[in-house]
This record gives sequence, C-alpha cells and structure tokens, in this order.
Amino acid sequence: MPDFITPYLIATLVKTAVLAGALMTTLAYLQWIERKVIAHVQVRMGPSRVGPHGLMQPLADVIKLITKEGVIPADVNVFFYVLAPFLAVFMSLISISVIPFGPPVTVFGYTTNLSLADPNVGILFVLAISSMGVYGVALAGWSSNNKYSLLGGLRSSAQMISYELPMSLAIAAPLLMAGSLSLREIVNSQGGYSFGVLPKWAIFSGPFPQFFSFIIFMISAFAETNRVPFDLPEAENELVAGFHTEYSSMKFASFFMSEYSNMVTICCITTVLFLGGWHPLWPAALGSNFVAPALFALAGALCFLHGLNPARPLDRFTLPVFGLVFFGLAGVFLVPIVVTMFMPVFWFVAKTGFLLFVFIWIRATLPRFRYDQLMSFAWKFLFPVALLNLLLTALMVSLVQ
Amino acid sequence: MEIFFFLLFAIVALACALNVVLQKHPISSALSLVGVMVSLAVLYLMLGAEFIAMAQVVVYAGAVMVLFIFVIMLLNAGAETRKGGSITAQVLGIPALLAFFAALVFLITTYYPGLSPVKFGDFTGGGAREIGMKLFSSYLLPFEVTSVLILIAIVGAIVLARKELD
Amino acid sequence: MDLNALVHGVPVSWYLVLSAMLFAIGAAGFVLRRNIITVFMCIELMLNAVNLTFIAFSHELKSVHGHIFTFFVMVVAAAEAAVGLAIILTVFKNRSTLNIDEVSTLKN
Repeated sequence: MPDFITPYLIATLVKTAVLAGALMTTLAYLQWIERKVIAHVQVRMGPSRVGPHGLMQPLADVIKLITKEGVIPADVNVFFYVLAPFLAVFMSLISISVIPFGPPVTVFGYTTNLSLADPNVGILFVLAISSMGVYGVALAGWSSNNKYSLLGGLRSSAQMISYELPMSLAIAAPLLMAGSLSLREIVNSQGGYSFGVLPKWAIFSGPFPQFFSFIIFMISAFAETNRVPFDLPEAENELVAGFHTEYSSMKFASFFMSEYSNMVTICCITTVLFLGGWHPLWPAALGSNFVAPALFALAGALCFLHGLNPARPLDRFTLPVFGLVFFGLAGVFLVPIVVTMFMPVFWFVAKTGFLLFVFIWIRATLPRFRYDQLMSFAWKFLFPVALLNLLLTALMVSLVQ
Repeated sequence: MEIFFFLLFAIVALACALNVVLQKHPISSALSLVGVMVSLAVLYLMLGAEFIAMAQVVVYAGAVMVLFIFVIMLLNAGAETRKGGSITAQVLGIPALLAFFAALVFLITTYYPGLSPVKFGDFTGGGAREIGMKLFSSYLLPFEVTSVLILIAIVGAIVLARKELD
Repeated sequence: MDLNALVHGVPVSWYLVLSAMLFAIGAAGFVLRRNIITVFMCIELMLNAVNLTFIAFSHELKSVHGHIFTFFVMVVAAAEAAVGLAIILTVFKNRSTLNIDEVSTLKN
C-alpha cells in the first residue's frame, strides 16, 4: 500500500461520500416533504401519482429538469448568466462541511470526528460563506437583462446585508457563553443537565437563557434563505419569479437546490448553537435512548393501521412494507453498538428535521411582508433587540465569572 | 505542499487584480476584486491568520463588495467608454510604476534575504482569542476611536444619500 | 536561489513581492481608469496589498500586532466604502455621469 493512503485519507473520503450522498437525497426529498406538508395544511393530497404516495416524485422532477431545454435568452451577459447558478449552489453546499454531527466514533480501531473539518473559527467560516451567497442571486438578477430580475436581485442583496447584522449579533450571544468559535466546542459546552433533567442547551440554561437570541436568529434565517414571509426577491405577484425569471432547466433547478441546501445548513447551525447539537433532551439514564425505537415503532404501527383501511387499493400493499421498514429501523436502534455510535446522530437529525418542519409550516401559514416593512423590521426592531440581548448576555456572563 | 498552494492562489490573485484594471465593465471589475480578496484570505490562512482571513471574507467580500455591486446595479452603470484620459499618465505612468515596483522588489530582496520560510502551522497566535486580548487591552483607545469613526461614517452616508438633497 | 529550501516552505519575501505587485497593479488602475467606481475599487486593491504585507511580517515576527493593524485597516476601509459610495450616488444624481474627468469643477 502506498504511503499517502493513510487512515485519515480513507476516513475523510468515506465521510465525504456519505455526507454528499445524504445531503443530496435530503435536498431532493425536502421538496417532496415540503409539498406534502403544505398540501396537508391546505387539506389537499399533494404529489401522489409517481410511486406510492408520490415518493418517486423527486426523481421524476430531476429527470424532467435535466431533459428540458436550457434556454439562454438573447441579450443576456452569458458569462455571468451561467456563472450565477454555479456560485449559488457552490456557496450553499460548502458550509455543511464544518458541521459536527456527533461525538468522535471509533471504527476498526480508528477514532474520527463525525464532521469533515473542525476549524477553530468554524462559526466565522459559516458566516463568511453565507455572506458570499448573495453574489449568486445578485448576479443572476443583473445578468438576466430583465427589469423584474434586476429588482429581485437588488432586493435580495439589500435584504441579505440588512439581516446579516441581527443574525451575527444573535450568534455572538451563545458564543459568549460557550467561550469558543469552534462548533464542536460549542456543542461540548452544552452537555450535561441542570437539576438532573433540564438539558444545559444554550436556549434553556447558562447565566442568561438564549431564548430571544434563538428567535432573532430564526427570523434572520428566514430572511437569509429568502423563505416566506421574507421571499421578496421572488415575490411572484410583483416580480413574476424574481431573480430566476429567465432561468430554465438545470440552471433553474440549481437555484432551488441552493435554497434547500441553505435551509438545511442554517437548521444545522441553529441546532449546534442553541439546541445542544447531539445532546439528547433528557439523560440516557432516564431512557432517552428509547426515543428513537419508540418513534420508529409508532410510525410502523401507524403504517399498518392505515394499511388495514386503505384510501386506495395499492396502499394495502405499500403501507405494510413501509411499516416493516420502520419496525426494522426500530430494531436496529436497539442494538447496543448502534446506540453508542448513532444515537447522537439521531438526536442531531431529529432536531434539524423539526426545525426544517418549522420552516415549511411557516411557509404554509404566514403571508409575505411588504418591502418597507421588511427593512424597518430589520433595522428598527430586530437590530436593537439583538444588541440589547447581547449586552445582557455579556453582563450576566461577566457577573457569573 | 505550501509552495503549490502559494503559487496557485498568488497566480489567481494576480490574474484577478489585472482583470480589475483591464475589464471595461464595473461589474466584471468588482467580481475580479472579490476573487483577489478570497485568494488573499487563503494566503492569510497559510500565514496563520485564521481570524483575519475570515474577517477578510466577511467584511470585504461579503459586505463592502456587495455594497459596490449594489451601487453598480442601482446606477445601472454601463461599460466605460475610452475617451479623454490623461496621455501623460499613460506615457509616463506605466514606466514610473514599473520602476517603483522594481525598486520595491530590490529593497525586499536586499534587506530581507534571511526571512524564515512560511510553513503552515508555524504561527498559531492569530486566533480570535489572541486578537481579542490585544484589542481590548493595548489597543483599547484606537478601538473606541474607530467605533466613533464608524458612527460618523454611518451618519455621513445617510446624510449624503438622502432623497431630499437638492 | 536554493530550490531545495522550497520544500521547507515559501519564503516570506515571496509574499512581500506578491503584495508589491498587487499594490502596483492597484496604483496603475487608479491612474488609468476613468470610472469613479473602478477607481474606488483600485484603492481597495491597494489597501488589500498592504494588509498582506502586515500579515506576512506578523508571521515573520511571530507577533499578533500586524493582525490588529489589518483589522483597523479593514474597519476604516468599510467606513470609507460606505461614505465613498454615498458620495458617488450623490454625484450621479446631480450630474448623471460616472466619468471622473467630468467631475472636476473644483479644478478651475
């Protein structure tokens, strides 16, 4: 075996492959989940034709988007027009690499962290990359040579610069309590339980609970990812489709991919900063390890129950199959070695998944802001509140020390 | 390894810097400048300045240059038309500049021949903790004065860009 | 130059030469370009070149003071960009031009 093939290299390659595969699948199915959840909020069925319960819908969408003609309109600035989607996707995918998904694990005698990289300035890296993300949108709007696109691009750059301030201030407060910029250190500082049950997550405990900071961060996160109620850059009743009006085929799809990828990243960051990363909601001594099997068993039981009274004839066969899969997962999470290795990952994914559900839930619930309301909300309300919260946190932290 | 990364990012930075000057359209210049700043951030990382590298991307590439692009898009600034321009600047300026550059290189190579080589990881004092310690002890007064300067800049910018200005 | 020494790392003087080149390019753009915004960007390029020198010497002297200077340069550059762009906006509003030669009333 040549010299340069070290366990480190192999571990990194395996982790990269697993993370890339998982992220891409999540991005594809997040769209399906979003459509399903919104449909059920609005008392509709949602996608249901392609595959059982529309589960093959993402695949069909991908095939449709790839095989479509990629139109390049006349009079666009071709170089920037093609560059913009690349930039958007690149900037949104890269920051997942610093997120820690769990404590170190030992495989075949080699101990490795469950994250691709762990820089000392992890949270600053995420901020830096997210502040670069605006270029994709701004360039797409400018190079399309379309006044609606230009307006969308202008709105988005102004909005993202404005909301970056409260977001950075909201991030700074939990950093003060953790005393580190490394994401892994931040999660480690939130381990343990006060009074034996209440977790020491930043949102609950410490000298000053970071509840307001959490709310401010989530609001800014909606604005940063251009989601409802802050999706002014793509407000379809004012700007056709905003900055991606002139895009089609895979270039259009890459803007969607970058939006969903930004959502996933920002939910991971929220979990790391405020919700204690991979630390469970209550101690393992009180049985938090049985949450995962219980949840999967419940899902399996629900599948069997609905399979007995099928809405459509096909469900009589598909639902029990899903039920068996869920029961299998429940069994897997009872095996001791799986518990020690993957239970933290389960908790991380569960918290992130819940936050993603909140994103979709709010999209189905709230109407869109007006543009002047959006700006005055950021500068006149969110920014002072975030500043006050930071000052109070600093005061409490220095008093406790 | 260091030499490879240094050459890669130095060449990217130089090419982007030349592009800033040579491109006719302000948007192309602005994006090339972003390229310079990001490659300089990578060079800072190799020199052990991890905090400054990230601050460089956040402040310069993420805020200042977005502001530039915002203004260019807002004014819908077109490509520059080559007219006028000082002939003296072009005839005398470029040789003078080359001479200046040659003098700089000569000074650097003459007076600093024995500088130690840069190896990644040699200097780890550039983290946020060290910079914060220095900033809030030895450099507290400049720090506060800078914050006043920023306040003045904000007020000045708002007054200048107000709509009612006639 | 001893090429074998390069295995041990890049000499700091190379960083200094790179910084000098970037500064020269920025100065050239400052003199040659006629668009106010581009001229302004060339100033930012020169500031960046100087920052690289600060960081390189900071590494050589193993001290954090150069980083602090770079930090201050960045902050001042950000303030300068805000005021400068506001001035450019006002100039464009009053004269509808970005050509630096047409904004020379103070000269005569």
